[in-house]
Amino acid sequence: MSVFDGLKFRKVYSPIHNLDPRIKFIYVIAIFIAAILFSQIIPLLLLFILQIPFVLLAKVQKQWLRSLRGAAFLATFIFVINILSTYFTSNFSLTALNIENAASMTLRFVVLVESFSVFFLTTSPDHLGLALEQTRVPYEFAFAFTTAVRFVPVLAEEAQTIMDAQKARGLELEKGSLLKRIRNYIPVLIPLIVSAIRRSLELAEAMESRAWGATKKRTNLYLLKLHRGDVVLIAVTATVLAVALYALLFVPIPPISSFF
Amino acid sequence: MIVVEDLHFSYPNNVEALKGISLTIKDGEFIAIMGQNGAGKTTFIKHFNGLLKPASGTVRVDGEETVKTSVAALARNVGFVFQNPDNQLFSETVEEEIGFALKNFGYDKETIEKRITWALNLLSLEQYRKTSPFLLSGGERKRVALASVLAWDPQTLILDEPTIGQDHDQKEKLRQFIMQLQTQKKTVVIVTHDVEFVAECNPRVLLMREGKIVADGIAKNILTNPQLLSESSIVLPQIAQVFTKLSSLGLPKDVIDIYEAKEVLLRKAKESHVK
Repeated sequence: MSVFDGLKFRKVYSPIHNLDPRIKFIYVIAIFIAAILFSQIIPLLLLFILQIPFVLLAKVQKQWLRSLRGAAFLATFIFVINILSTYFTSNFSLTALNIENAASMTLRFVVLVESFSVFFLTTSPDHLGLALEQTRVPYEFAFAFTTAVRFVPVLAEEAQTIMDAQKARGLELEKGSLLKRIRNYIPVLIPLIVSAIRRSLELAEAMESRAWGATKKRTNLYLLKLHRGDVVLIAVTATVLAVALYALLFVPIPPISSFF
Repeated sequence: MIVVEDLHFSYPNNVEALKGISLTIKDGEFIAIMGQNGAGKTTFIKHFNGLLKPASGTVRVDGEETVKTSVAALARNVGFVFQNPDNQLFSETVEEEIGFALKNFGYDKETIEKRITWALNLLSLEQYRKTSPFLLSGGERKRVALASVLAWDPQTLILDEPTIGQDHDQKEKLRQFIMQLQTQKKTVVIVTHDVEFVAECNPRVLLMREGKIVADGIAKNILTNPQLLSESSIVLPQIAQVFTKLSSLGLPKDVIDIYEAKEVLLRKAKESHVK
């Protein structure tokens, strides 16, 4: 569940938490695009380092590190697959450049995880819903989205209880061949899905009995307004994109291995 | 026999849930663990079948340390029925649901068939044999969950909140059923907030508060101690309340059982009649 931990929002106050979620989202998308544009290790490293001040400002280092640790397994997987595929396709030989390429593919994945993690760690589901509403997403969808985000930790906890209950009936999850192991999860998944559906029906009834959707036109107590911090973030985002485009078009980026 | 020595446990978020518990549960004992929400009751019982392992201290089930044994191996001797049946039901029919654990433990087909029938009869679920467990009512689902554990006839049975959602008849059946297990020298541990149920069963009561056992004794002594109970947000059983309020008339305070109450009151009535 460690990957989920890295996405779980905790109420803290910091300059980053107070930023407008719309701008933050645009920033994350900009980082996302930049990471996709480059396959060399130097710009990807720069993008990686660029996130660190945000993490420190938001004081979410611990959770952020946990989400990186959660992504470590997939990252290793990406690295190994890259190495293996180049090894087998290039006549069973490896150069320093091959390894560097595999490393930058991995780093690209890490940058993506890292930036999304920062976004979700510092944006409350309420804020997110508010942002969706103010970008004219129909309220029903905005509500469904925020509810889904909010229920992730609840479901994770429930999955743990279900696993305990089935283990208590002699189920051994880590036993048997790969196929058997996947099948082992059926007794966990079915109760989880059934209870999620049941929970959603109950939630719908509870909402209806509290007059959900009674007024067609909703007003909000809080409104998102752009502050100075948001303007700074817009500037940072624009700069990142501009520098990235410039570098992509006009600067030849050498691989690190050429320095040695 | 379950022996717990100086058990400590903390959750990953550094909440210390158990702060040094020592306890011996002999075969054939019937124990009710009570205490307010968050006292550590469920955390404690999850140590009996190894779902949680002690941070320090030891839990031994029949001499074996739970740290060194898998949950599946421990589960054979320690059956655990969870509070919410929906956390475990997944099969297409009640029959398959009950057979799940038996298959996991590697029983042969014939035995499985026999055990399923036995468990269904025991909890009056025969008519639902081929029904989907998801179509049953809450109370029935709870009984299916219980049947699915009873099926392999474990030496120790742990029930987390067994009386929730059960009507009076079912509670009475559960009580009689626990008594029946007692005659077979089976150990039964229940976690419950149901004071009246405990008063009727009169088991050994463990009162937990903030990760510690604050009282351990027969129900009759613990459930008639107003101070002890109020500190754990538990109210006295109704009969004990009446007897405590009437203690000025010379009635004993330690009565929790309806039959005993009747006897005491009848005696008292006869005495005053004679006068």
